[in-house]
Amino acid sequence: MLHAGLCATGLLGVAANVGAQDVLIRNATVHTAGPQGTLQGTDVLVQGGTIRAVGAGLAAPAGVTTVDAAGKPLTPALFGGITGIGLEEVSGEAPTVDNAVSLEDQPMRPEFDVTLAYNPASMLVPVARVEGLGFTLLAADTGKAFVAGQGGVVRLDGSADPIGPRALFVRLGAGASDLSGKSRAAQWMLLDQMVAEARGRVPADSPHALLTPAGRAVLARYLGGQGRIVVKVDRAADIRQLLRWAARERVRIAIAGGAEAWQLAPQLAQAQVPVFLDALGNLPGNFDQIGATLRNAALLQAAGVEVAFTQAGDASHNARKVRQLAGNAVANGLPWEAGLAGLTRVPAQALGVGDRLGTIAVGRSADLVLWSGDPLDVIHTAQQVWLGGRAMPMRSRQTELRDRYLRGTGEGGLPPAYSHGP
Amino acid sequence: MRHLLLATAGLAVIGTAACGLAPAAFAASRFADDPYPSTYRPLPSEPVLLRNATVLTGIGQRLDGADVLMRDGTIAEIGSGLQAPAGVRVVDASGKWITPGIIDVHSHLGVYPSPGVRAHSDGNEMTAPVTANVWAEHSVWPQDPGFAAALAGGITTLQILPGSANLVGGRGVTLRNVPATSYQAMKFPGAPWGLKMACGENPKRVYGGKGTAPSTRMGNVAGYRAAFIDASEYLRKNGGGKPKAPPKRKWWQSADEGKGDSAGDAGGKRDLKLDTLAGAINGDILVHVHCYRADEMTTMIDLAKEFGFRIAAFHHGVEAYKVADRLAEEGICGALWADWWGFKMEAFDGIQENIALVDRPRNGCAIVHSDSGEGIQRLNQEAAKVIANARRAGIEIPPERAIAWLTSNAARSLGVADRTGSLEAGKLADVVVWNQDPFSVYAHAEQVYIDGARIYDRHDPSRQPRSDFMLGQPAAAPGGAL
Repeated sequence: MLHAGLCATGLLGVAANVGAQDVLIRNATVHTAGPQGTLQGTDVLVQGGTIRAVGAGLAAPAGVTTVDAAGKPLTPALFGGITGIGLEEVSGEAPTVDNAVSLEDQPMRPEFDVTLAYNPASMLVPVARVEGLGFTLLAADTGKAFVAGQGGVVRLDGSADPIGPRALFVRLGAGASDLSGKSRAAQWMLLDQMVAEARGRVPADSPHALLTPAGRAVLARYLGGQGRIVVKVDRAADIRQLLRWAARERVRIAIAGGAEAWQLAPQLAQAQVPVFLDALGNLPGNFDQIGATLRNAALLQAAGVEVAFTQAGDASHNARKVRQLAGNAVANGLPWEAGLAGLTRVPAQALGVGDRLGTIAVGRSADLVLWSGDPLDVIHTAQQVWLGGRAMPMRSRQTELRDRYLRGTGEGGLPPAYSHGP
Repeated sequence: MRHLLLATAGLAVIGTAACGLAPAAFAASRFADDPYPSTYRPLPSEPVLLRNATVLTGIGQRLDGADVLMRDGTIAEIGSGLQAPAGVRVVDASGKWITPGIIDVHSHLGVYPSPGVRAHSDGNEMTAPVTANVWAEHSVWPQDPGFAAALAGGITTLQILPGSANLVGGRGVTLRNVPATSYQAMKFPGAPWGLKMACGENPKRVYGGKGTAPSTRMGNVAGYRAAFIDASEYLRKNGGGKPKAPPKRKWWQSADEGKGDSAGDAGGKRDLKLDTLAGAINGDILVHVHCYRADEMTTMIDLAKEFGFRIAAFHHGVEAYKVADRLAEEGICGALWADWWGFKMEAFDGIQENIALVDRPRNGCAIVHSDSGEGIQRLNQEAAKVIANARRAGIEIPPERAIAWLTSNAARSLGVADRTGSLEAGKLADVVVWNQDPFSVYAHAEQVYIDGARIYDRHDPSRQPRSDFMLGQPAAAPGGAL
């Protein structure tokens, strides 16, 4: 898994350096999201798309642009949660949505890989990016199968290919009931059968096979410890079964959702299972979420679980809302530093890209955001985003629409359609 | 002290003037008779003096170091250095912020409750494109745990609407956010009903999908017009518009005293559907239209003129910013999200400054709404996002202005601005005490008062309601809100 990640990020480095600008950001409150914590009045030097130096009073090498942060917060570019950015343009219009496979005859397709459908020119990319989001985990959603397929991490800098290892998505619990014989017990029955197939205990030509040969090979890779299996699950009882299954099969899992994960916090910490949670979930939206609470993040973190954030609903278009999740988790007991880590270091490490992304440190990709104030508070906004050292245009289709109608009727009384933006 | 009192006195005038939508006359015609009347009674309260807070009145004023005195369920006085009358509980609110109770004009709590099981799916009567005969209140499950969660977010009043599957979805009801075993015990006394209508994609998708009309936007408009043609005819046969001198009658008095509209009835059979539409034309029922696109909103404005009704608010209005001046001219509020967009085609042009741009024209009426069991818990944060994005676009909105989006403007669109939505002497004591500036992600509502009763207190578990549904559930978190 590690070597696969390094190989992929090496390729990324080449792509990201194209057009990189060198910049010295002076006098920032640098939230490293790493071991150094927060550094007041600190400079960050970026050259060749990479962070070269972090310290006070750095000298600007010749030809390096200087930005005065005036003491404002500087963070790593944020993780946008588990989304379909670049996989869906308009959720309600099926031809624009590519994140699930629905094949009737052989529904279980672990080999399905949504990253092949990723569109780096999607207008959701700049919409998310201008809010300080620098990377996201693309998810395969359940269509006709509760083993949904694979996704991967993309960097929202316009690059076309995912980085790091792939992740396999599985959905358990009530949400997958219709896809698994209408019983969550059947989910384990079917998963066990798939594992048996992938491990070669069921002949490839068995008439009972659930998987294609390609699916068998892909699942075998995850069973062999390559890549993480991200399991969408909420109910504590299901999480308990999942932890047993993961220990028995020796697979690396992460939990997404996890409304009742706090009930198994010590076990999750012991098993080193990170949780991607929706920190706003406090209603018993269904019977798998009876124990949902705003204290979920705080309880998990206090027990030693690595907590990252993702949204249960509208995660793609409103990916920017992930900041509000972290802020509310902090308002309900999570330490501020852990709130920031859940948007930066934790997801990067959990997804195998922590060697490049998620922290501010020498040698890391210069994916940075300068904020108007506390980045976890919705009353503040991103002022400037750099990805791979490049200052990203702080524009999106939404800011273009805003500016068109802010200006109102143009000269000569022409309609707004004559206003084309900067 | 003096200038504060003067400011407060001035507020009453502003409040009255700002009340553009007069509350509907109580049951002026039989179309607005209420056979399911409110049984709401304020919960027990004691006189309370909240001392030395930053007070946002809801109608444009910020008072620093101010006191709020609540007595007999109403706001008695606002000022600094108020005397504490005997028997008054004094609360030190130093460092706290006080706002009017938060109002959500678009909620489906109770009709799409938690848990969201099929048995609870009571928000859309998707059996005909015009179901003006159905009333959302008859679907409300008062045990929805979402009510208590909303209360912890400062929600004191909310309008429950039918969903948007239909051209005309039915009547919405305005509730006090108090724990109760019946919806009647939550019903806001004297509040007019809302009529829920819907433009655009939902009706055409739902009925087009069944192979019936409407399947297009032109089919939608034909459907509204057919319904209002029927209602106009019904109104004519049933004595025309409003009676010349509507009888003065309190909400709790029955209508069967021989003086109502029905006394002059031409003898035609009552039609529940047409009752509602006729009530809307008469202005007794306030029209709330789910409508995303700017062009469709202008169509609906013309429809309203064609049949002589007024639109209280467009809901969702993702493109409202494109017609902000028009909405202000017509006196129509925009009840909007801070940032939702893109989930369907008619939501594609969403921008995060929508509310700020609708707020901008003179007489603009911007409202933050939720349409969500999550969003209703933190409308203050939704407003904060708007402030932040407006600031980035060069528009500075102070908190004393933004709070109106959640309070007085919302009350205006529901026809209850004479009772709630602002902190003014004589208004209902619907009050939220926040631990800090409410326009921060870290702000918590510490105390919530409805009619002067402390019905939520973050630091007092005995003042935290819990739905029957949550009782005995084994999974409650230590210190969880529900």
